[in-house]
Amino acid sequence: MQYRGRTWKFGDDVDTDAIIPARFLNTSDPRALAAHVMEDADPDFPSKVRPGDILVAGKNFGCGSSREHAPIAIKAAGISCVVADSFARIFYRNAINIGLPIFESPQAAAAVTTGDEIEVDAARGLIVNRTRGETYPATPFPEFMQEIINRGGLMPYVAARLGRSLADG
Amino acid sequence: MGMTITEKILARHAGLERVEPGQLINAKVDLVLGNDITAPVAIKEFLRLGLDRVFDSDRVVLIPDHFTPNKDIASAEQAKVVREFARKFHIRHYYEVGRMGIEHCLVPELGLVGPGELVVGADSHTCTYGALGAFATGVGSTDMAAAMATGEVWFRVPETIKVVYRGQRQPWVGGKDLILYTIGRIGVDGARYQSLEFTGEAIADLSMDGRFTMANMAIEAGAKNGIFIPDEKTWAYMAEHRPPGLAQGGAALAGGASDAGGASDATDWLFSDADATYAKIIEIDVSEIEPQVAFPHLPENSRGISQVGFVPIDQAVIGSCTNGRIEDLREAAAVLKGHKVHPEVRLIIIPGTQAIYRQAVREGLVDIFLEAEAVVSTPTCGPCLGGHMGILAAGERAISTTNRNFVGRMGHRESEVYLANPAVAAASAILGRIAGPEEVR
Repeated sequence: MQYRGRTWKFGDDVDTDAIIPARFLNTSDPRALAAHVMEDADPDFPSKVRPGDILVAGKNFGCGSSREHAPIAIKAAGISCVVADSFARIFYRNAINIGLPIFESPQAAAAVTTGDEIEVDAARGLIVNRTRGETYPATPFPEFMQEIINRGGLMPYVAARLGRSLADG
Repeated sequence: MGMTITEKILARHAGLERVEPGQLINAKVDLVLGNDITAPVAIKEFLRLGLDRVFDSDRVVLIPDHFTPNKDIASAEQAKVVREFARKFHIRHYYEVGRMGIEHCLVPELGLVGPGELVVGADSHTCTYGALGAFATGVGSTDMAAAMATGEVWFRVPETIKVVYRGQRQPWVGGKDLILYTIGRIGVDGARYQSLEFTGEAIADLSMDGRFTMANMAIEAGAKNGIFIPDEKTWAYMAEHRPPGLAQGGAALAGGASDAGGASDATDWLFSDADATYAKIIEIDVSEIEPQVAFPHLPENSRGISQVGFVPIDQAVIGSCTNGRIEDLREAAAVLKGHKVHPEVRLIIIPGTQAIYRQAVREGLVDIFLEAEAVVSTPTCGPCLGGHMGILAAGERAISTTNRNFVGRMGHRESEVYLANPAVAAASAILGRIAGPEEVR
């Protein structure tokens, strides 16, 4: 898979409360959540973000709560993938489980600034910065996680294992 | 080569002789937990499979505790989803308002988790049960859905960091201070993807309530789990809390999940081997630690109470899955007794469960709180996550015994949360500024 888009850059330790504050968690409707994505990190973000954009952040992105609403809000806002220096553990597995592509690349996290046009090549583990003419390596997923992502998330994977078909979500 | 307790528990639940850090495994779970925010998303995913039962209706726990008693129509609709699912799927451990508590206070209190067991919960503070020598970790809703369907979860086996606490604690220093100090030292991603194993004589000296507080905040250092080796205090706690009929000794709920029998069998796998491999060993002399305060906006911004300076507060909160247990309420009452809350401060006290609430009534603690002009609430996670029951306005500042002080955590994004132990929160409520209990005469 390849993702190409305009970037939004955030710093270290962006927590799940910043991604989607708890005051909006009285619903789990993805569109309602997307309307407030990253609002406590940047109040104007929901009105600025466009489908296909890419989030780039520093270390420990998604620390804090287990709320899957965080990757759901990012995905529902049309953000194609997230690149960070590193991800918090629960966010990492939630993103894989719901099929939100994420990539660890300390080099990209350090070099990219908001507005750069980047291209992420998941299969090759490469990130190309079209704006700066730079290339950064990204850590590839272990095969098992790649299989979950390729199937579109954990539930399709579980359904296949149980020999069941999955209703539309 | 030996294994850590975390590796042993994971290996047993994966049906393997041994596991290595980095290995991907499928493990059987003894308990799956969800709340009124995370369970509705899990239920929606689970129902897509079209199954007519969960893997074991005795081993799914549903506790609506975040927005309950429901704060608005939307949260009432979410709680209803959980309630109806619990009825339809005959979930034995569903706890309604009036019987419920903050999940991580209630689950151990009911004896639903024991040493050597494996628990996943769709709540990041599920790691609390590591205090009992369980492998317990927070996951998301889709993981919860998959676990409800299959009784299994995938894991990457973590490396372990051992933290050794030595020496004698100073007065008013408890589990909260040890863990805030530790997070201050290693940072909010200091144990990312890893396991934290808490050991040393200063840990042996700590009560179960203090251990719950420490394990609870392992996630605030990014850890997958925080764990204590079971000792006499652990077994005494289990003897008091585990209902008759549920065997002691690990994976007792599981039956098929693993084959642990009585405590004697348990002893050879409920500790870390002397030759186990650690990613790192951190030694901490607790005698140098004074009560800690974590400044906004990360739990790692901790410093000793003597280094705080003049910080006026508008609100104090004593409660949550971190510090809403009876020992915490006793500590707060010891400071508050005979005092009034500062006229410009709101003090909110939240017992973690109904049983803790009743105990606090019996011991006269609630009387002390009311006499001090605090409010005492039914169990809820409300203020901890800016849900309800104590939301901060722009520019307001709170001291809280909760676990997170992220931007906007307790309300407006221009508000501030400082984390501390119950004695410091109580003293601060009296003096109207962040203060240690020794300043209260």
